[in-house]
Amino acid sequence: MAAMTAGSGAGGSPEATGGSTGSGGWRRPHGPLQRYYGPSTAEAAEAAPDPTDINGPHFDPEVFMTKVRSECPLGQLLSHEAALGREIRALDSDMQTLLYENYNKFISATDTIRKMKVDFRHMEAEMDDLAANMAAISASSARVSAALQDRHHRGAQLSGVQALLRKLQALVEVPGRLRCWAGTEPARALRCHARARAVLRHYRHLPSFRAIEDESHAIMADLAQRLRARLRCETLNPKELTECVEMLLQLEEPAEELSEEFLSQAGVRLEAELAALEAELPMADPLGTVTMPPPPASDILDFVDRGSSAFVGTLCQLAGSYRTLFGRDTGCLEPFTAALVARYFALLEQRLALEHGLGDTSLLVRALDRFHRRLRALLELLPTCTDAAAELVARAARERVDRYLRALQTFFLGCLGDVRQALAAPRPPGKEGPSLPDLLATLASSVLGQLKAVLAYVQLFTATDVAFASLPYFKGEFCVTAVREGLVVAFMRWLCRTVRGFADGLTERGAPAAPPALLLLLARLCLDYENSTISYILTLTDEQFPPQDSGPAVTPGPVLCAEARAAAQRLLDHYVQVQGAAVAQMLRKSVETRDWLGTVEPRNVRAVMKRVVEDITAIDVQVGQLFEEGVRRAQSSDSSRRAFSVYSSSRTPGRYAPSYTPSAPMDTHLLSNIQKLFSERIDIFSPVEFNKVSVLTGIIKISLKTLLECVRLRTLGRFGLQQVQVDGHYLQLYLWRFASDERVVQGLLDEVAASAAHRCLDPVPMEHSVVELICERG
Amino acid sequence: SDTKVMTCAAVWRMPKELESGSHESPDDSSSNTQTLELLCHLDNTAHGNMACVMWEPMGDGKKIISLADNNILLWDLQESSAKAVLSSSTALEGKGQLKFTSGRWSPHHNCTQIATANDTTVRGWDTRSMRQIYCIENAHGQLVRDLDFNPNKQYYLASCGDDCKVKFWDTRNATEPVKTLEEHSHWVWNVRYNHSHDQLILTGSSDSRVILSNMVSISSEPFGHMVDDDELSDQEDQHQEEKIKEPLQDSVIATYEEHEDSVYAVEWSSADPWLFASLSYDGRLVINRVPRALKYHILL
Repeated sequence: MAAMTAGSGAGGSPEATGGSTGSGGWRRPHGPLQRYYGPSTAEAAEAAPDPTDINGPHFDPEVFMTKVRSECPLGQLLSHEAALGREIRALDSDMQTLLYENYNKFISATDTIRKMKVDFRHMEAEMDDLAANMAAISASSARVSAALQDRHHRGAQLSGVQALLRKLQALVEVPGRLRCWAGTEPARALRCHARARAVLRHYRHLPSFRAIEDESHAIMADLAQRLRARLRCETLNPKELTECVEMLLQLEEPAEELSEEFLSQAGVRLEAELAALEAELPMADPLGTVTMPPPPASDILDFVDRGSSAFVGTLCQLAGSYRTLFGRDTGCLEPFTAALVARYFALLEQRLALEHGLGDTSLLVRALDRFHRRLRALLELLPTCTDAAAELVARAARERVDRYLRALQTFFLGCLGDVRQALAAPRPPGKEGPSLPDLLATLASSVLGQLKAVLAYVQLFTATDVAFASLPYFKGEFCVTAVREGLVVAFMRWLCRTVRGFADGLTERGAPAAPPALLLLLARLCLDYENSTISYILTLTDEQFPPQDSGPAVTPGPVLCAEARAAAQRLLDHYVQVQGAAVAQMLRKSVETRDWLGTVEPRNVRAVMKRVVEDITAIDVQVGQLFEEGVRRAQSSDSSRRAFSVYSSSRTPGRYAPSYTPSAPMDTHLLSNIQKLFSERIDIFSPVEFNKVSVLTGIIKISLKTLLECVRLRTLGRFGLQQVQVDGHYLQLYLWRFASDERVVQGLLDEVAASAAHRCLDPVPMEHSVVELICERG
Repeated sequence: SDTKVMTCAAVWRMPKELESGSHESPDDSSSNTQTLELLCHLDNTAHGNMACVMWEPMGDGKKIISLADNNILLWDLQESSAKAVLSSSTALEGKGQLKFTSGRWSPHHNCTQIATANDTTVRGWDTRSMRQIYCIENAHGQLVRDLDFNPNKQYYLASCGDDCKVKFWDTRNATEPVKTLEEHSHWVWNVRYNHSHDQLILTGSSDSRVILSNMVSISSEPFGHMVDDDELSDQEDQHQEEKIKEPLQDSVIATYEEHEDSVYAVEWSSADPWLFASLSYDGRLVINRVPRALKYHILL
């Protein structure tokens, strides 16, 4: 217990000094920080003083003892006591160590303080000495400066004089330098002169200065002379020219004169560029001979490239320096450039005119593009030139489109030539001729393909990467007027006109007539165009070259379709007429050359009738290749047609009978007239429809009508009549199936027979059964 | 010889009653048919079939030209037309069998020119020298059927043929027709100028139609008004009307479809310029008048 008390007493006494170090040992790193950063949790705990905290400032040994005694068991008390004892010993040893460590420092501090006291006494005396010395120094310095004042003045004056003298020296040297530089480095001479000039002018009342000035003037005048001479006679590049004129300007030569001089020099230079370009163009033939000029050495792109880099570049450069030199308000630059640019345009136009063939359109487009782009540089200089350039580009484009139109036309004619050749080519025996549908397909597809290709080429002009394509002309008018109207529509129109030409004028006056198969083919082509191709092409064109709403009016598709249809109709009609005329000619010759009065009794159908049937069958096949069947007029019943020969054989004699009785000619007239009253009038050369039956009907009508008219011009004997009867029956047997209405065939053949009977001296008809027999045998 | 057909020509005289007494009662003349008096034959045994016979358009009616196969025969009527003497003749030579189909004697140039047609060619001849003076090759696509001279314009000639066309020619330029009509749908057998108003053209065709056309632009009639317009300035309104009426275009005036069969002949009346007749195969003779409106338009 006592130990405890003593321990606590011993622990309590160092508490005042060692406690702080002890706690400092533990808490050193924290204390100052905690103080700095305000109350921490530890201080907050101290706020409520805990007398039992052995390290706290409010430690009360009594309370602690009572607390420990009352709370802890004996074992714990013992261990606690031991722990406290250990702690106290450790604290003691710590305190001793500290004491030893700091002891020396205290000693030396005390020594230092003592030494300081002695030294300060020395210092005071020295300071006094220093003050006295300083005063002496300042006094002597004042004396010295007073003594030197005079000399300093004189020195400054002297140096001023020297600077002046150096300047004078420079002035005096000016003429020499000028002379020296004028030959080699005129620019330096000019700079030198410019510097000296003002001074010289200022002091010119002094004779010596005037002499210098005069001399330098003379030199500069000489220099100006030389520069002018150089300007006049030498071919300078634009930079040199600019320099030269600039120097002359600095020499205060008259600006107006210089500007003229400059322009004329620039003109010479640019003319040379133009002449170089012109040299590439073939010479205009003075004799006017029509030999084709040789193809130009370089292509158009190259030409434009050179033109724009050489001519336009130089022009821009010169014009730019002109402006910097003479300001922009002089009025002579614009006409000057305008004239030159106009010449350039003229040259380019000549060159474009040399592009005879179709060549490479992309090349042309690129050339025009480059030309157009380069000319933008001139825009500021000459605002009108871009308009002219755009005009030129548009003209070239139109020209090209026109060429394409002509090329298309040539191509189409070439295709037609091929088709004609294929049709006319001698056919090897046993081999079929060229099939019309194949020829048609080839023709149509190649023409369409060519047209598409041309459109693709022309589209290059409106490509997005081409600068001039953004011009309003190329956006609107070019698409509509040039391409759609000028190329596509014009081609269609031309095509319709051309193929119509085969039907219209050409055949009459000597030109080789188109073969009938060609007429048929072209009729079908036109019809196809009307049905689909035209609208397809127009749609394609409108897609590739979109028209603008406000643009000029376009030819609507239906108008073209109507033209194509008219052409098709004309061709088909002409085909019918040609084929009909061919058959009719055969029939006519056969009727006219035969002696109908002296002929023998018919044994056979005449060969020409067989030929007629063969020809018409061939025509039927030909037309059937390209045109649909068409509709026949419905008969009363199907069976009647099948039983036609039987039916007609039973009917025909009954109808013929009265006309062959010579006793009653009036009856015949009456009968035939009444019959005609009720039958429709047959138009022989009338328009046909676009089908096989109609075409064949037209041809048969023409043939039979001819037969009728020819028979009427002849006088027949009995056997002549009978021969006509046989022929007529034969034709009827084989032709009815081709016609749209067999009554037409029947009616015409009836009239032939009736007319023959009229023209017969001895009208005795043949037994109908015999007629049938002969026909069947033939 | 029985089986040979020969086309001949003869000169006949019309009965006196018909010539003078046109006002006789019609029933009287129909009851006893007058017969023609045969004056003489044109002997063509050496020349072939007669295709065409033409009187001299003016003069004393003593000259006749006939076309026989490929011969042109000029006859003189003598002894008060009782005898026909062949005064001159010429033959058309060429490849193949050439045959004249038709001919026409021009009333101009003192009746010294005729025009003939063979196949597709039209030829002009001088009757004094009997030489060809012009030739229109391929005048029509097919056979030329008929010709007629414009009675008032000496170089104008109309032709028609199997290509359904009627063409008008200036004989000074034989390469191109002045005008072409394509109204018929079959062979055109006849073309006739009106004797006094040569803009009126009559055509007959084997499509059974007769077509009357008004070819103002190539007629001798002044085309458009020749009166000085300045003088009539006060009659402005009237003028306007006339102007609307005036430019009468070449046009088809009427198509006559009375015939049921091919029309082989059309002819103008020699007495009344507004009257014409047409004849068809079925024996129908149709007499028509020029429409009244057109008549007044031409006259006034």
